[in-house]
Amino acid sequence: MNDQELAQPELAGVGIDAADDGDFSRSEVILKGALAAGAVYGAMSVAPFVSRALAMSEGGDVGILNFALTLEYLESTFYKEAKRRAGASGELKSLIDLVARDEDEHVGALIETIKKLGGKPVAEPKFDFPYNGTAGFLKLAQTFEDTGVSAYNGAAPQIKSKEVLGAAGSIVQVEARHAAAIRLQNKQEPSPEAFDPSLEEAEVLKAVEPFIA
Amino acid sequence: MAVTKEPNALARIAKDPVSRRKFIALGGGSAAAAFLVACGSDSSSTTTTTTTAAGGDAVIEEKFGKGDVGILNYALTLEYLETAFYADVVKSGLFKGSDLATIRKFGSEEAEHVAALTGFVKKLGGKPAPKPKTEFPLKSAKSVLELAGTVENLGAAAYLGQAANIKAAEVLAAALSIHSVEGRHAATLNTLLGESITPDGAFAVPAGAPEVLKSVEPFIVS
Repeated sequence: MNDQELAQPELAGVGIDAADDGDFSRSEVILKGALAAGAVYGAMSVAPFVSRALAMSEGGDVGILNFALTLEYLESTFYKEAKRRAGASGELKSLIDLVARDEDEHVGALIETIKKLGGKPVAEPKFDFPYNGTAGFLKLAQTFEDTGVSAYNGAAPQIKSKEVLGAAGSIVQVEARHAAAIRLQNKQEPSPEAFDPSLEEAEVLKAVEPFIA
Repeated sequence: MAVTKEPNALARIAKDPVSRRKFIALGGGSAAAAFLVACGSDSSSTTTTTTTAAGGDAVIEEKFGKGDVGILNYALTLEYLETAFYADVVKSGLFKGSDLATIRKFGSEEAEHVAALTGFVKKLGGKPAPKPKTEFPLKSAKSVLELAGTVENLGAAAYLGQAANIKAAEVLAAALSIHSVEGRHAATLNTLLGESITPDGAFAVPAGAPEVLKSVEPFIVS
């Protein structure tokens, strides 16, 4: 079964199963993605994006952790805003509170781990989430959670440290749980496929770039 | 939905004083050793088992083989169990409508995991673990949902417990793509049960093989 929900306009051009088995270095792959994003979203967006993307690609586990931190910043801000913007009540309101708290803890843990490894945590970007009302929130939430799962699944096999891999695994399972719960709220299949797809870092960055102000 | 006050066998194990959380809190060799003693069904193997600091990988090597093949066969055994469980639940007639559709869907995904893991073991030159004979208590819809929730949460924790032990990136990628699906299943069942979707909080807690095998042992006939 194909996950139609991932095929949103925001994610146009993101091939879920597109594996890049070439000899590109991480930077080259990310640069390619950045330039492609620039072509799609306009040259103005390229310069800061390229520098940010390349900064993230440096330094092995720290680079991957900073990539994850950027996604967690996005999710954390998204749910924090949703508390006042999503027009949620009852069960959904509780879910938003729970997910907001989890994402916030992920941000904290990633910053701590990056520092522990001697790295410098990336600065929190400014985000802009164009949606209206509960339905708009849920649609975007589903995209972010499913993309988050695929992002971690795609990045994790490149992690060198067992400790970092364990932490990433522990976070991705929680993201998958969020994804299922949000999908249930959307009346969507909570587990659309037997194998969660993975996304390359460049694909993920391209997908989230429109939400970075 | 209210949670049943009569926990089934597996839920009872999970809620024991020697629970998952407690063992994780204890950490290290003593907990693993206690699990190993309680784990094996044939007494000869339990006494000679050695423990590992990583939380009982030795039991996987002993029962399922070395390295990635051993881990894959361990996972395969759990997936066989889940597949059989959902098949029995579908046959039980305890569920209708959307709950039945969810159970069918999850069952078919577990069957796909079985097929994929079997293929991987063969690809690595190993011999796939045999399908265990299983038996599950299927008394009421409520207790079955509880059991399903326990099995899925345990399954997700089991994959998480092995992720860092996997050697080949390709095998790790496959395990991760299954792991998050088990997490989705667990959250769905927790939602149906009116329980938290993230019972461990923001960071999922892994489970070692000894604990997992001990928990599923009551359902394996042979």
